[in-house]
Amino acid sequence: MRALLLRDLRLAFRAGGGFGLGLAFFLLVAVLVPLGVGPEPATLAKIAPGILWVGALLACLLSLDRIFALDFEDGSLDLLATSPIPLEGVVAVKAFAHWLVTGLPLTLVAPVLGVLLNLPGPGYLWLVASLAAGTPALSVIGAFGAALTVGIKRGGLLLSLLVLPLYVPTLIFGAEVVKRGAAGAEVSVPLLLLAGITAGALALLPFAAAAAIRVNLR
Amino acid sequence: MSLWEYANPKKFMQLSAGVLPWVGGLTAVCLIVGLVWGFFLTPDDFRQGSTVKIIFLHVPSAMMAINAWVMMLVASLIWLIRRHHVSALAAKAAAPVGLTFTAIALVTGALWGQPMWGTWWAWDPRLTAFLILALFYLGYIALWQAVEDPDTAADLTAVLCMVGSVFAVLSRYAVKFWNQGLHQDSTILKVGEKDPIAPAFYVPLVVCIAGFVLLFVLLVLMRTRTEIRARRLSALLARERLA
Amino acid sequence: MMPDLGRYAVAVLSSYGATLALLAALLALTVWRGRRVKRQLAEVEARQARAPTEGER
Repeated sequence: MRALLLRDLRLAFRAGGGFGLGLAFFLLVAVLVPLGVGPEPATLAKIAPGILWVGALLACLLSLDRIFALDFEDGSLDLLATSPIPLEGVVAVKAFAHWLVTGLPLTLVAPVLGVLLNLPGPGYLWLVASLAAGTPALSVIGAFGAALTVGIKRGGLLLSLLVLPLYVPTLIFGAEVVKRGAAGAEVSVPLLLLAGITAGALALLPFAAAAAIRVNLR
Repeated sequence: MSLWEYANPKKFMQLSAGVLPWVGGLTAVCLIVGLVWGFFLTPDDFRQGSTVKIIFLHVPSAMMAINAWVMMLVASLIWLIRRHHVSALAAKAAAPVGLTFTAIALVTGALWGQPMWGTWWAWDPRLTAFLILALFYLGYIALWQAVEDPDTAADLTAVLCMVGSVFAVLSRYAVKFWNQGLHQDSTILKVGEKDPIAPAFYVPLVVCIAGFVLLFVLLVLMRTRTEIRARRLSALLARERLA
Repeated sequence: MMPDLGRYAVAVLSSYGATLALLAALLALTVWRGRRVKRQLAEVEARQARAPTEGER
């Protein structure tokens, strides 16, 4: 399993692997939004939590179809399916690799973009905390969507249509944590719910995704 | 003789052909009686004026929008567990019907909200949850259309339906948490409690709900029959090409 | 016969109109596709009954 993880990471960092694409997209969102809504610090401070979360979510969405598509095309997914590792484990490892190359960098870079968007001081800690707790759910839900659409040619748009509604609870609780954190209010309830969704998704969705891959490999 | 016999497409076609005219007739009677009664023969509400008449469309369609998804969930489970094709096709047939009911609930809600709340749309939990439900329907229908092999499509959509159900419920509670709403709670189940719906509205509303349920059954039966025929058609055409 | 809808006439009438239009469209689509598929199936079945394919002989 470690070999699989290292292989996925190597592929992602290689040219054309898509690492950095999500980060660049995230940066662009943070630059374009102030250009669109105007530079008033008060307005930006008010919308910063939501924009940062939506930006992270869309950046995560960008690289989802890479989770399984390349392996499906060159046949290595068939090999993985017949390997001694259970397919559920393969899905979990691949989702984890996706998180390492998108969710984790997004989490680390978010405070810098928070400065651009004039996020109020107490919000930074909670921004990082909420992204750290929430982005694993984005990766594993995305892996499920990618597993559903892996057999479809040009399924990228369909993948977004399937995955975005599933992202709703994570987005709501994640942005709520930052909003409350920035206002200096109590954050434990949304943060716990966010972590609960992540834990539940991590526990259950690899099974659904593995079932979908088995169907697609038939 | 068991219920599962009707999972045989031939048996299903025979039974549904016999039942269809009765369901169709009953649907027409319930809808006409309920809607005419609701539109022409109910009094105005002292606060909401004549807009209460929208309840006879809004409430039944909203109920059926959710019930259609539940029916799809049950049909998907039956398909995954017992591999009855009719069940998978019934789920496929129900999705556009559910989407239409969702759209009706949203449109009538907007038209009702405009005079009552002063706005077409508010990011109220119930409204938002319905919008998200519409997105789930769209994704489900799109997945059915995108996958070419029918059995693969049935399996994938069934898995999506199960996961989607969990997330739809989660979203419902998430948006409730996110915003307290303008929308009032349901009053239908409050009969016998305080602040129930008035009897003058209750009876025609029940008739309308029955009409919408029957309409759903009617449409799903018709569409399932079409799907079974379409499946047989493509099988015959495939055999023709091979010969 | 027509009830007095007062100042909310537009909202009530357009609700009923929109609902009936959507339902009628759905019903029409269902019936139309049902008939088309039924006709095509009948054609193909008749054709194959006249000229049995290799597999059937």
